[in-house]
Amino acid sequence: MNAQLSPQLQDNLVEIQDLKKWFPVQKSFLDQLLAGRKDFVRAVDGVSFNIRRGEAFGLAGESGSGKTTIGRLAIGLETPTEGKVLFDGIDLGRQNERELRHLRRRMQVIFQDPMASLNPRMTLGDSVVQGLKIHYPEAAEKHRDTLLDIFERVGLSPARYFINKYPHQISGGQRQRVVIARALITRPDLVLADEPIAMADVSVRALLLELMVQLKQEFNLTYLFITHDLATAKYICDRIGILYLGRMAEIGDLKEVYSHPLHPYTQALMAAVPVPDPHKRRTQTMPAGEIPNPINPPSGCRFHPRCPIAQAICSQEEPELRELRPGHQAACHFAEQFL
Amino acid sequence: MNDTTPPLVQIRDLSVTYKTRLGDTSAVDKVSFDIRRGEILGLVGESGCGKSTLGKALLRMIMPPGRISAGQILFNGEDILTFDDKRLRDYRGRQASMIFQDPMTSLNPVQTVEQHLTEAIQVHDAGAESQSMARRIQALIERLGIMQSRLASYPHQLSGGMRQRVMIGLGLVLNAGLIIADEATTSLDVIVEAKLVDQLREIRDVYGVTILAITHNIALVAEMADRVAVMYAGNLVELGEVNRIFDRPLHPYTQGLLASVPTTEINERKELYKMPGEPPNLARPPSGCRFHPRCPVAMPICSRYRPGLNEAAPGHWVHCWLYQDHPEKEEKTLKVAA
Repeated sequence: MNAQLSPQLQDNLVEIQDLKKWFPVQKSFLDQLLAGRKDFVRAVDGVSFNIRRGEAFGLAGESGSGKTTIGRLAIGLETPTEGKVLFDGIDLGRQNERELRHLRRRMQVIFQDPMASLNPRMTLGDSVVQGLKIHYPEAAEKHRDTLLDIFERVGLSPARYFINKYPHQISGGQRQRVVIARALITRPDLVLADEPIAMADVSVRALLLELMVQLKQEFNLTYLFITHDLATAKYICDRIGILYLGRMAEIGDLKEVYSHPLHPYTQALMAAVPVPDPHKRRTQTMPAGEIPNPINPPSGCRFHPRCPIAQAICSQEEPELRELRPGHQAACHFAEQFL
Repeated sequence: MNDTTPPLVQIRDLSVTYKTRLGDTSAVDKVSFDIRRGEILGLVGESGCGKSTLGKALLRMIMPPGRISAGQILFNGEDILTFDDKRLRDYRGRQASMIFQDPMTSLNPVQTVEQHLTEAIQVHDAGAESQSMARRIQALIERLGIMQSRLASYPHQLSGGMRQRVMIGLGLVLNAGLIIADEATTSLDVIVEAKLVDQLREIRDVYGVTILAITHNIALVAEMADRVAVMYAGNLVELGEVNRIFDRPLHPYTQGLLASVPTTEINERKELYKMPGEPPNLARPPSGCRFHPRCPVAMPICSRYRPGLNEAAPGHWVHCWLYQDHPEKEEKTLKVAA
């Protein structure tokens, strides 16, 4: 391990620097010959941000904004096209397979669909203990106790009863708890939660959110919380980044961003979230068109073709993130008018 | 709205049963309500509450092992359960149509948008001339904001929002009076969803169609519906005007549901209500009121007898013992008095 950087000195657990991930577009041989150049889907196109130790950082955006790809890059499941990811000061791009595997016990994932991420033919106990067997084979005699303990901690009690069940024998909310237990059993520092409760029903969701907040405290976790649902993010995230078409549109403390959205895209997104109050129906019209093709993103500011306040400069110059209020950055040439 | 016109749809004691290995499962259990002409009725509930089954039953699309086991569905006064095949085909499409959640699986991948729309007209309206058909399609796509050039596109070439608009177009092209939108906006991003909601409202205003919006998203119902029906475990638990339901929900389930909806409002960072338990397995539903094991104010009677649907205030119906007289209610007050 890189011993020169002691973890205590690092304020940021994850540092993402000018990250890019371009996926090549599959084409037929003839098209390749005729087109003469390769096309890329620019899923992530120059994104930088830090995740502080112990915080819950939210990444929000519509489908195609690149949020899931950033999450995968952040824990080394994908290799960046450009830029780098530092985890606790360690550059993931410079680690070999063995070192990376060693680091992975410190980063775990909770995926969206618990039914799809649990093996239907493995008992819940076997599924959850897998991580320990891989990362800590030397401590095999302790595995069972750790397993029982983690089941109790996520609210699957009595643990002895649940470890012998199969995924189809328990409810959806309980399955989501199993997936959380599996992520936490190796005692990670960072948990990537990719839409972790999007599949759960409203009446079950509140309990799962509370559980995630409580476990974060208990296990000293740092969350990278990926969501399309701004309302859910409010209950778990300290800071939030709003992505649009592979770029960060706005980033800041969640309370700041929600109460004073400075980017026209964030404003549209906030207005679009339906409000559970029939007296407060939305009256604003929504931006024209839909999220454009990431193969040929618009020039300048990517939001300019749909932006209500766009001017000539917006199609020519790409705005940089600027700090407009303390702890609150937005990438818009004309954000000052919203201050 | 003129109260003397009969409702478009009258559902009476409707039950839908699925045969499963564990025995009969009552997905919809003795549900009765009306859908008024020209209204947007929001039907909300969680997964497995029977809301989609109810939507399908309205088009008689329940497939074995499921069946409509009891009740009546009156459309314009006629019981659709008595329709023969020919009459049923005419009813589906021309009088009532459905918009499904996932347009990618509901559209034919090898047909263009235009072919979809033309086929819908031809199947239900064999005598239609090609010129009048073209005019109808033209007017429709203009209203829905589908570009002329998109008529030649195949489903995979369209964005999710555009596909959903084509689905709405298919629902409207035959001038159906009732549109059942089953989670029609669920797979869409919020901005696209908001636009589609605007569109559904506009369609109602312009064409006067009646919309049954089936959704799990309570906030969406607040955004678009005139009246709200709440289902839980196969039962209709509450029904009323949207403002009534959101301002003064009566059923403990509705109350809990509304209190557990997250919002983006930063100042009211109030705790979400954490409803205990999970929705029941309908093969073995709880006795009495199906909500009683999760209910914070359950009384002894709730586990023994099923409450009726009671009109607690004008137009506000609730399926709960709290709002009706029963022997134990008196007992309870007596005890308090003593």
